[in-house]
Amino acid sequence: MASSSKPPIGRQNVGRRNFLKGTASGAAALAAGVKPARAQQSEPAPEPARSATAAVATQEKDPSLSVEVLTADHPGSDFMVDVIKALGFDYIFANPGSSFRGLHESVINYGGNKSPEFLTCCHEESSVAMAHGYAKIEGKPVCVLAHGTVGLQHASMAIYNAYVDRVPVFMIIGNTLDAATRRPGVEWAHSVQDAAVLVRDFTKWDDAPVSLQHFAESAIRAYKMAMTPPTMPVLLVADGDLQESPMREHERPHIPKITLASPPQADSGAVAEAARMLVNAQSPVIVADRCARTPAGLKALIELAETLQAPVINQHGRMNFPSAHRLNQTERSRGLIANADVILGLEVWDFWGTVNSLRDQVHRTSRPLTKPNTKMIAISASDLNTKSNYQDFQRFPDLDLSMAADSEATLPALTEACKRLLTGDRKRIFEDRANKLAEVHQQARERMRLEASYAWDASPISTARMTMEIWTQIKDKDWSLVSNNAWPQRLWSFDRHYQYIGGAGGAGVGYGAPAALGAAVANKKYGRLSINIQNDGDLMYAPGVLWTSAHHRIPLLSVMHNNRAYHQEMMHLQRMANRHQRGITTAEIGTTIKNPNIDYAAMARSMGVHGEGPITDPKDLAPALKRALEVVAKGEPALVDVVTQPR
Amino acid sequence: MRLLLFTLITAALFAQAPAPAGNAQNGRKLFESYGCYQCHGREAQGGLGTGPRLGPKPLPFAAVQKYLRQPTGQMPPYTTKVVSDKDVADIYAFLQSVKQPPPVKDIPLLNN
Repeated sequence: MASSSKPPIGRQNVGRRNFLKGTASGAAALAAGVKPARAQQSEPAPEPARSATAAVATQEKDPSLSVEVLTADHPGSDFMVDVIKALGFDYIFANPGSSFRGLHESVINYGGNKSPEFLTCCHEESSVAMAHGYAKIEGKPVCVLAHGTVGLQHASMAIYNAYVDRVPVFMIIGNTLDAATRRPGVEWAHSVQDAAVLVRDFTKWDDAPVSLQHFAESAIRAYKMAMTPPTMPVLLVADGDLQESPMREHERPHIPKITLASPPQADSGAVAEAARMLVNAQSPVIVADRCARTPAGLKALIELAETLQAPVINQHGRMNFPSAHRLNQTERSRGLIANADVILGLEVWDFWGTVNSLRDQVHRTSRPLTKPNTKMIAISASDLNTKSNYQDFQRFPDLDLSMAADSEATLPALTEACKRLLTGDRKRIFEDRANKLAEVHQQARERMRLEASYAWDASPISTARMTMEIWTQIKDKDWSLVSNNAWPQRLWSFDRHYQYIGGAGGAGVGYGAPAALGAAVANKKYGRLSINIQNDGDLMYAPGVLWTSAHHRIPLLSVMHNNRAYHQEMMHLQRMANRHQRGITTAEIGTTIKNPNIDYAAMARSMGVHGEGPITDPKDLAPALKRALEVVAKGEPALVDVVTQPR
Repeated sequence: MRLLLFTLITAALFAQAPAPAGNAQNGRKLFESYGCYQCHGREAQGGLGTGPRLGPKPLPFAAVQKYLRQPTGQMPPYTTKVVSDKDVADIYAFLQSVKQPPPVKDIPLLNN
């Protein structure tokens, strides 16, 4: 165990490239064929701390007296792997980079490339988005490695997505702080004074440890912070010298005990007040967005809703509530909000936008959707950690009761508080409400099926048809939808937490394909069938994820929602043309992905993934899906390209 | 309920105004080139979160035209400067020509 009073280990060694032992005996030993690393290790007296510059100066003064030590048995990066293993990471997602070459080598050789296993990614944005998707399923982060400069620049958008989505991602980036030890040229371009500043606005915490003891403590601290709601990305800088300099014999820094913080629950007085308002309400509504962090959150929300027999609007930030539950009234969102006398928001990202309407016209006007005296209650962990620069915190809502706390952790106490207030009269009223809600829920399901029937045989294929063709093939399997799509929520039956992973968070395109793959990596050990309805524009940001899925044999069915456009942007452009009363036929310029059309099936095959399509006739879809699912059942990825309607 | 009321009232208000003759084939082309399909689907079936279904059995012509020129919601306006009354008539003819889908009960995949 290292003492904190000792000088930093990395600085006790004299630098990774110019460590010179200035003794004639060393030279003699080298001449006699003794391995220099062993000769160095046999010396009992520790080398006094000195700078790499001093070592270079010694060499320059009299190089004939120096014996260059070319090997190291215990680099600092080995200890970093001890820390990484202690944190229980199953995987490392990374594109290789020289600034963390020491750590990379230690992971695969010292660490045996097991727990964590290194998964090769083709882009750092993909590494982080994969980690994002993985955490959504597994409830814990993987470790992502990247260059501190160019790699982090690539990764930054995906980090922002995870930050906005309140998802834990644990990053270690390489950097060489000591200018005197850098290789000329590229390593200077890949070094930075303060690497983490690039993403500090949208990470929860970062550090740049200068010793291995410092690294261990900061790694455990970072993990704990990432996992404490609001969960967010964290980042550590692994200095190049610290990675590559050998540790002193018997030197073993202490790895602190890993004790995660219990998630913050709301104040008991506020919980009691919220319960009173909800139990006494005539038309309460529960709105859930990023509420169910874990399966326990799903169960807890069901219990609260059933205690109150209150309708639930699922905003789909997480798998919050079963889609077929009678209290799931998501399709009646507007009407319920308009009629509510009490609204409870659980980790609602945009509370203001939930209870107000804003028109996107030349003059932006807004109006409340609620009645004048509707009471609003919010439970949100975001109130515990909000930063100023990026504006993802949304417009400020008019709340009557606000609890800065984790919703999932607070729900059991709120439910119990509600139960204590129940009387016979209230129970009878609640049962009446439940019966009415069950009826309208069924009507909404039937209405959705009717809506799905329109354009049923159309080509390009309707997204509803595609959704039901997939459902027919998977409904009897243990499936997990690892993408964010509208029709499945309306037509499939979701009742397990892992069956849905929510969206990107920051709406940064390029999230979908890698997040789906990361979620599929997490699903693999449970034998679940991962289904990804993949947008074409999103896949083109980082198609290398197809290769990663094939190389690491990740079972995943991707079905292309190929509308051959960046369709959201096309609608924005159309709006501008209409507003300006000109060129309303030109919205496809700069927004479509055609001429030539991309052959996604061929692209998949080129990277070792089973590919089918493009499919334009809906009758061809079922056989293609069956063939693809046979491949996935063998543990391989497959892709079916479907040319679809826009939405 | 509000939507239903709006639809009924709109239908009642505009029920008397006859739709002008239009060219459905040209209307389909315009529906695409003017970008209507972007929010409402290429078959006017509607898009989740973007635009409602417009056909088959569209709202009365006068209601459609009025909303097209002066929308009260999120839809961007299609003024006479960019879409003529004849174009609107053709587009409306296309909406009228959209065929009714088979009944849900006759679609096995929707009864799983």
